[in-house]
Amino acid sequence: MSARPIATTRSAAGMPTPRLAVWWLIASEIVIFGGILGSYIMHRLAHGIWADYAANTNPWIGAFNTFVLLTSSLSAVLAHQAAERGEGKRAANLLYLTTLGGVVFLCVKAFEWTTEISHGMTITSNTFWSFYYTAAGIHAAHVIAGGIIMLIVAQTAKKNLELHRVEIIGIYWHFVDLVWIFLFPLLYIAK
Amino acid sequence: MILEWLLPSASTYASDINRLFDVITLLVGIPFLVASYLLFSFILRFKAKSGRKALYITGTEHQYIKWIHRAHIPILAFDVIIVVMAVNVWFAVKQNLPEANATVRVIAQQWAWTFVHPGPDNVLDTADDITTINELHVAANTLYHFKLESLDVLHDFSIPAFRLKQDAIPGRVITGWFEATRTGDFLIQCAEICGIGHALMPARIFVESSEQHSAWVEANSPISVAAR
Amino acid sequence: MAESIRVEHAAHHDDHHEMSFTEKYVFPLDHKMIAMQYMFTGMFMAVIGGFFAYVFRMQIAFPGMDVPFFGPVTPAAYNSLVTNHGTIMIFWVAMPVLIAAFGNYLIPLMIGADDMVFPRINRLSYQIFLISAVIILAAFFVEGGAFGGAWTAYPPLSTKSQYNLTPLGSTFWITAVALEFVAFLLGGINFITTAMNSRAPGMKMWDIPMVVWMIVIASILFMLSVGPLLAGGIMMLLDQNLGTAFFDPNRGGDPILWQHLFWFFGHPEVYVVLLPAVGIVAEVITVFSRKKLFAYKTVLYTAIGTGILSFTVWAHHQFIAGIDPRMANVFTVTTLLISVPIAEMLFVYIATLYGGSITLTTPMLWALSFIFEFLIGGVTGIFLGASGNDIYMHDTYFVLAHFHYTFYPIAIIGTYAGFTFWFPKMFGRMMNDKLGKIHFWLTIIPFNTIFIPLFVLGAAGHHRRIFDYRNFPELSYPWMWELQHLATYSLIVMLLAQIIFFYNVITSWVSGPIAPKNPWNSNTLEWTATSPPPHGNWPDGLPTVYRGPYEYSHPDRKSSDFWPQDEPA
Ligand code: HEA
Ligand code: HEA
Ligand code: CUA
Ligand SMILES: [Cu+2]
Repeated sequence: MSARPIATTRSAAGMPTPRLAVWWLIASEIVIFGGILGSYIMHRLAHGIWADYAANTNPWIGAFNTFVLLTSSLSAVLAHQAAERGEGKRAANLLYLTTLGGVVFLCVKAFEWTTEISHGMTITSNTFWSFYYTAAGIHAAHVIAGGIIMLIVAQTAKKNLELHRVEIIGIYWHFVDLVWIFLFPLLYIAK
Repeated sequence: MILEWLLPSASTYASDINRLFDVITLLVGIPFLVASYLLFSFILRFKAKSGRKALYITGTEHQYIKWIHRAHIPILAFDVIIVVMAVNVWFAVKQNLPEANATVRVIAQQWAWTFVHPGPDNVLDTADDITTINELHVAANTLYHFKLESLDVLHDFSIPAFRLKQDAIPGRVITGWFEATRTGDFLIQCAEICGIGHALMPARIFVESSEQHSAWVEANSPISVAAR
Repeated sequence: MAESIRVEHAAHHDDHHEMSFTEKYVFPLDHKMIAMQYMFTGMFMAVIGGFFAYVFRMQIAFPGMDVPFFGPVTPAAYNSLVTNHGTIMIFWVAMPVLIAAFGNYLIPLMIGADDMVFPRINRLSYQIFLISAVIILAAFFVEGGAFGGAWTAYPPLSTKSQYNLTPLGSTFWITAVALEFVAFLLGGINFITTAMNSRAPGMKMWDIPMVVWMIVIASILFMLSVGPLLAGGIMMLLDQNLGTAFFDPNRGGDPILWQHLFWFFGHPEVYVVLLPAVGIVAEVITVFSRKKLFAYKTVLYTAIGTGILSFTVWAHHQFIAGIDPRMANVFTVTTLLISVPIAEMLFVYIATLYGGSITLTTPMLWALSFIFEFLIGGVTGIFLGASGNDIYMHDTYFVLAHFHYTFYPIAIIGTYAGFTFWFPKMFGRMMNDKLGKIHFWLTIIPFNTIFIPLFVLGAAGHHRRIFDYRNFPELSYPWMWELQHLATYSLIVMLLAQIIFFYNVITSWVSGPIAPKNPWNSNTLEWTATSPPPHGNWPDGLPTVYRGPYEYSHPDRKSSDFWPQDEPA
């Protein structure tokens, strides 16, 4: 494994390369979610009845999950601050906490989906549910990916290494969080 | 002119599209010829010669860049002309729907066309409708509406001689119009890939004089057939 | 300062750590090696795409014959050959070669960096790309065969196996395409951040060579347009395999939605491949006319303008697809507006030649022919952009000829221009110029004799994706068959001519004259590294930049007619 290239250490644009990269990554993710949410909204406006389907979603569970994600974002911020101060150990623990938030979120989702599916509201029931499961599913995949990366980052951070990564994964996590902030009203509240 | 020469047209709006094509050919042809003339003449004029050093031009000097800017004027002007003509033709063919003398239903499926003609009463969806496969019969100089449907995938109702084309979409009924200007039979073709049989759904449109057409209607309407 | 110390470290590091074969060639991290992997994968796919073209062109011209090296062409086979020809040529030839291969090779070298900023992500991106290539080809061997619903994959045909009769093939197709997109998103992030952050000290915005700009703008364009189609791809996969109904009109879905998602990406995509090609052309014509690029910033602005406009024109592919007819008028205006920036760009290139001292080397011939051939492709786009005319032209061979006159100059001519231009740097040997010229003429003449006839046939009403015209009396007059034959014969000549190219590449590679550092007396930084550059590009210290990339024949410079970017004033 050769050393990190000099290229990576430069910052002609005045922003550290990893942060710059994660912003571009987020830019590309935004258009992906933009695509599916845009399609959803067009359909939603075209079909009034969708409001009735949406009535079957449970806004309280959704709200709880929103709360969970927001708090996990908070711990991500704290982790970043700890990393700034060079307290790798503390940063790592806060990252574990953040990951825990993600895990809770997923468990709640799992419970939610199983109930809905058992009530016969599956991905094939109609286009609303197709969008419901697809959009939330893609988001959940991002939560899982973020959680895994978070654990890896925490491992190194514990040893006070690569502390700058804490901020990067934090930014990404805020984004995943933000996507949910859009999904929640669109899928649960708009009735 | 050009299109007419390649494929004689047979509908009212075909001539407009032919003209549009000619105008575009002219308006993009001129700049194209000028550009290629400059390209080749520069290549020939500025071949490397020993002892001659190339000019140093940044391209910001007014005396040079002004030519690029001036080029915008004709191009924009040409664009405007093309847009205006194109939108006019488009409006006439696709956007407005003149009163029809008769209406036919066109149903596309993998891989055949079903045509429903109004019977002697000249109204669709009555007992005397005439249903045919891959054969559409219309009267010349009569304005027809077509109601286009598809039973499975996307197809496209295309009559090259009429310069007419319209996608057929499952779950929708799309209405359009045409008026044939001369008698004869012309190609109907599917112009949207629809599976392995896409090339195997040719049909024909028979344009008859009104007498011939009414005779055909008489002969084929289920009522009169039953009467015999 | 800190940097130079690290340079020592890097250099020092290189002597000591000897890389194993697999490390160097199979799983390389070096941007140049990854570039070569992309280049040769793309070359391989181009040969396959060309072979497909050969097979179905034989079938069109001589319906029912059993094609040498293939056999009889069934309708199903015809459709899947055409579909995958288009898909492969765009996504597995144009994209990997123009963006990934040249991007990976040139960006670090031209901005004076030792590598990409994320070598591991770079390697990952190639591996994903390779997998996608394997999948698209594997589709031909699964039962049911490869997908045959056109490269635009319109549903319901593409989503319902009872309609397309390729249950596995269609899933393979969309999976491969989606993976390919992911690979290029990863690559794109790498290109953009590298170009933004890792420029050599002293290299200001306007000192960046045009091709780097173009590849970066193209990557951004790709990144901002592909997302919706990725989402659409997921929906399509679900429709195919889970029975959802996103695109199924009978169950509340909408087939037109896919068309919007596809073309919202599809049109920007054409400029994604156009821009790197015009970037390459800019480098070549400036060097071989010993001229400064005419109005550098103008070129840049036209590229950005084209990029922005390209997001507003997508529905010109759907004029007659059943969208609200009033929308067609809007899209006609935006579509024709695009002619302004692109015309300006091409005119600027022609102006660059003015007062130059032109030598017609092989790369220069390719670059100049690009300008001319693309002009034809471009102006024919106007015929199609004019909604009224597109009613007749849509789905005819006129469309086909239009986009081959744009894509071919980009994917083949532009690639050859770049490949022959940077060959000395890539392989450390000079190419045989005489063979190069023969290959050029034997490729460019057939190209025109293939597609000019197709323009005529298109205007005469020939529709696309028809495996046998004998069913259509109006489309099988003798003169039409003669044009079809001409096109097919020309293709065979062109394909044979490629043998000269491969012969030239191989012989030059093994026994060509050793290439000096800077064979073309060029200014840009890659020519200050040895040919080929070692791992790390400049082992003894990265260059510093003092001036722009196109200072040719500068009046203050008496000694020579070029002025390398890294030469202190
Ligand atoms: C890299 C590829 C590429 C490029 C660069 C372009 C460039 C353009 N294309 Fe093309 N196009 C395709 C690839 C490309 N296209 C493909 C693949 C398809 C078919 C997809 C499918 O259905 O399978 C297609 C189809 C297509 C259609 C749909 C046709 C149909 O299916 O009915 C249209 C319609 O507007 C169109 C228009 C244009 C226009 C206006 C440009 C413009 O960018 C051109 C601008 C350039 C110029 C205009 C030339 C320079 C200007 C001058 C010399 C000045 C003179 C000009 C004027 C006075 C106006 N293209
Ligand atoms: C980049 C895009 C590209 C390129 C280069 C080509 C190249 C060619 N195309 Fe293709 N074509 C498409 C994109 C392209 N095509 C698309 C998108 C479609 C629509 C598909 C659909 O309808 O769904 C299509 C469809 C299409 C049809 C329509 C079929 C039909 O509708 O029934 C035809 C018919 O003649 C055709 C012909 C050809 C021919 C003869 C070539 C010849 O030029 C090919 C000759 C090949 C070569 C000359 C390769 C040489 C290159 C090398 C040997 C390697 C060089 C590489 C390096 C140096 C790295 N093409
Ligand atoms: Cu029906 Cu093509
Ligand atoms: Cu387009």
